[in-house]
Amino acid sequence: MNSKIKKHVLENGLTILTKEIHHAPLVSHWIWYRVGSRNEIAGKTGVSHWVEHMQFKGTPKYPINVLDAAISKVGGYWNAMTYLDWTTYYETLPADKITIAINLEADRMINSIFEKKETELERTVVISEREGNENDPMFRLSEVIRSAAFDQHPYAQQVIGEIEDLRTLSRGDLYNHYQQYYTPGNAVLAIAGDFETEVLIKELTQKYADIPASSISPHIKVTPENKISKNDQITVEGPGDTVYVQISYRAPRATDDDFFALMVLDSLLTGPASLSMFGGGSISNKTSRLYRKLVENDLSVSISGGLQATIDPFLYDILAITSPEKDTQLIIKSITEEIDRIQNNSVSQVEIDQAIKQAKALFAYGSESITNQAFWMGYSSMFADHTWFDAFIGNLEKITKDRILSASQKYLDSNHRIIGIYRPSQKEND
Amino acid sequence: MDSQKIKNIPGPDTISTFTLENGATILSFSNFNSRSIYMIGILNGGGVLDPSKKTGLAHFTASLLSRGTKNLSFSDFHSQLESAGANLVFSCGSQHAWFKGKALAEDAELLFRLSSDSLRNPSFNREYIGRLRNQLLASLTIRDQDTSEMASLLLDRYLFPDHPYGQPIDGYIEIIQSITRSDIIQFHDQVYSPADMIIVVAGAVDGKEIRNLSEKYFSTWKKNTAVQLENKLVPPPPANIIRKHKFIKGKSQVDLLMGCFSPARTSPDYMPVFIGNNILGQFGLMGRIGKIVRSKSGLAYYVSSSVGAWSDVGTWEFSAGVNPKNVKKTINLIRKEIDRFVKSHVTDQELDNSKSHLIGRMPMSLESNGGLANAILTMQRFKLGLDYYQKYTGRIKSITAKQILTASKRYLHPDRLIITSAGPGEEIT
Repeated sequence: MNSKIKKHVLENGLTILTKEIHHAPLVSHWIWYRVGSRNEIAGKTGVSHWVEHMQFKGTPKYPINVLDAAISKVGGYWNAMTYLDWTTYYETLPADKITIAINLEADRMINSIFEKKETELERTVVISEREGNENDPMFRLSEVIRSAAFDQHPYAQQVIGEIEDLRTLSRGDLYNHYQQYYTPGNAVLAIAGDFETEVLIKELTQKYADIPASSISPHIKVTPENKISKNDQITVEGPGDTVYVQISYRAPRATDDDFFALMVLDSLLTGPASLSMFGGGSISNKTSRLYRKLVENDLSVSISGGLQATIDPFLYDILAITSPEKDTQLIIKSITEEIDRIQNNSVSQVEIDQAIKQAKALFAYGSESITNQAFWMGYSSMFADHTWFDAFIGNLEKITKDRILSASQKYLDSNHRIIGIYRPSQKEND
Repeated sequence: MDSQKIKNIPGPDTISTFTLENGATILSFSNFNSRSIYMIGILNGGGVLDPSKKTGLAHFTASLLSRGTKNLSFSDFHSQLESAGANLVFSCGSQHAWFKGKALAEDAELLFRLSSDSLRNPSFNREYIGRLRNQLLASLTIRDQDTSEMASLLLDRYLFPDHPYGQPIDGYIEIIQSITRSDIIQFHDQVYSPADMIIVVAGAVDGKEIRNLSEKYFSTWKKNTAVQLENKLVPPPPANIIRKHKFIKGKSQVDLLMGCFSPARTSPDYMPVFIGNNILGQFGLMGRIGKIVRSKSGLAYYVSSSVGAWSDVGTWEFSAGVNPKNVKKTINLIRKEIDRFVKSHVTDQELDNSKSHLIGRMPMSLESNGGLANAILTMQRFKLGLDYYQKYTGRIKSITAKQILTASKRYLHPDRLIITSAGPGEEIT
C-alpha cells in the first residue's frame, strides 16, 4: 500500500519529504529551490533559468559528460524547470539506483563549476531557446500582458528573461545567484517510490548534513500586487492568420482560501484543468459555459483558461482563438456577459459537483505516475507546504455557491483586467 | 533492476485476448494500482485511404466522430463524458483511425458505449461539420506559421513523393474548405469496419468485464465490406542531398530537419537501428549529436534524432532549433556525425550505456495505464508476439556493434538526405 507523506528536516535546514509507493520498482527524486523569476531584478532577468542550464555543466566530482551518463545509463530520465517561484531538478530511475540521484544533487547543490567557456556556450543556447519562444504568437502576447498587469512585481517578466539581459549577464552574475539561492535551507527534497523511508533518510542525512547552512537570507523584498491597477486593452501585431484574445485578471495566491473557489470557477467557465505539469490525462471542455457561448456560437474555435499556484497573486487568463474576420469585441463582450451571469448568482450545485468530480478524476489520473506524485509534494512546498497537496481534494469539496459568487465578484472584475489581442499584421504577412 | 519486482510487464499470461465474430480483437490488462482505465482502439480509416485530391478527408471524418451520434446530441455526448470526468477522442494517423479514452474504473462502460455509438452511428450533423471545418482551418493557419510543422511537412513531401505518407494527415486549407458532407458519409461507409479493429484496455478492471462490455457494445457491428489498405509502394530513398527552406516572416528561429528512411517496425534491422539512434541522438543530453551541436558548439537549444516506424517503412530524423546564421554550421556538424556513425563501430562503452538505458527505461514506460495499453497495442498491431516486452531485455542485450553499423549503413548516408527548414532566411524551392 502507498504510505502518507513524511517530513524530515536536517539541521542545516534542508526539508525532506518522502512517500513510499511500492507498485513499481521506481523512484522519483526532486530537489526544489525557492528561486525563480520572482527573485530577479531589472537588468538581471533570466538569471534563474540560465543558472538551471549551468547546473548541467558539471562539478569537479561529476564532470559534464559523467553527469548525464550516470543517470541515463540506468534508464533514468532527468531534467529541470525554472518558473516564477521555483527551480527544480528531477531524476526518475530504477529504485535500486537512487544513490546516483542523491550523490549528484547533493554535489551540485554546492560544487558546480560555472566555467567561463561553458557560460558563453550556454549564452547562445539560452538565446536560441528565447528565439524559439518568440516564434510563438502566444509568447509575444503573454509578454505584453504580463508587463501591463504588474506595476513593480517581478512576475511582469518572462522566466526566460529579456534578450538584452541574456546578452549582458556575466559568469559572476550567474555564480552569485547560484551561491545565494542554492542552499539547504532554501531547498526541499521530495522523493516518492519504492524505498524504505528510514533507510533513505539515513542515506540522505549522510550526503546532505555536511552542507553548511547559509547565513544570508536569499530573498529579495517583493511586494505582492493585488487588483490590477487598470483596465487596458493592448493589441499586438505579428505574422500569421490567427487572432488570439486573452483576458487576464488578478488571481489569488495559492494559499488564499479563494484559490480553490477560482479553480472551480475556471472549471465552470473554460473546463477542467490539472495543475500538474506532468498531465496524466485531460478532460474536454465542451460543456463549459464559455465553450458553449463562444465556440458553439462560432465566435471562436477554442477557449481555455489558465490558473497557476503561486506565492504572490499572479494572473487568471481566459484565452480564445479565432479567425481575423470575427469580431473580437463581441468575444470580449460575450466572456464578460458570462462572468456577469455567474456574478449574478446563476451557478447551480450540479455544476459545482461536476467540477469537483472532474478535479478528482484528474487527480486520480495524475497519481498513476510516481514522478507526478513526487512532483506534487515538492511543487506544493514552493508556495505553501506539502499539506496543501494532501488537502487539495478536501478543499475543493468545501467550495459552495456562495464562495464562487464571492470569488467571481472579487477577482473577475471587468474594471481591473488586461485584454490582449494578437492580430495578423498585413505588413508582416506581405 | 530487480526483475522479480517488475510485476507490470504484460505478457501472454496476463493479457486477456479474444476476437469477436466480426473480426475485432480486444486485449485487456488489469492494473489495480490505479483507480482509472485507459482504452485505445485502432481501425481502418487512416490518411493513406484519402481519395485523390481529398487529402485530410480521413482526419476530418475521424474528428467528427466525437461530434454527436444518431442517438446522442453533441451536447449529451459531452455531458455524459465530462460529468464523469472522462475523456474520449477520435482522430487518425496515416495508417489507422484511432480512439483513446480515459475514465475512472467505475465508468468503463461509458467509454465502451460512447465509442461504439460514435464509430457506428455518427450523425455527421451539418452544423458540427461547419464548426469543425472552421476549427480545422484555424489549426491549419496556425500550422502555416509553425516553423517546426512546416519543416516537417516539407520533409515528408520530399521523402515520400507521390505517396500518401508525403501528405499531411490534416490536409490543406483549400481541400478542407471543399470537403462535403457526402464525401464524409461516403468515406465512413466505405472504410470504417470492425474487421481488423484492435481495442486495448488497461486499468482497474478485470478481463471478464472487458469481454462482457466488448460483446455488449461491439459484437452486433456487422460489416466486413470495408475498403482495405492498398500497399502503395514506398518511393526509393533519397539519392542525394535535397535542400528546401520555407521562409516564414517574423520568426526568430529556424527549425531544421534532416531525414531519410529507417527500417519498418517488423524488420530485423529495426532493433539495431533503434539502439544505434539512441547512441547517435538520444542518450543523455541527446547523444553524439547533442554533444557536438549543443554542448560543444552552443548552437541550439534543442537537437536530437529519432526513428519512427510503420509496418512498411520508417523514418530517421534529425531535428534542431537554431539561429538563422547557424543553420549551415549545424547541418555540417550533423552530417559529419552521421558520416562518422556509418563509417565505424560504436564503442563498447556507448553500446553498453545505451543498452543499459533502454532496458532500465522499460518499466517506466509501463508505469501508467496509457503506457501499458500502448505497449500491448504495439505488440498486437505489428504482430511482435505478446511476450515481446517480457523478452525485451534479452533482445536488447543480443544486439552487437557490427549489427548496428551494418543496419545503419543500409539507411543512413551523409550525402543522401532530405534537409528542410522553416523560419527566417531566403526561401529554397
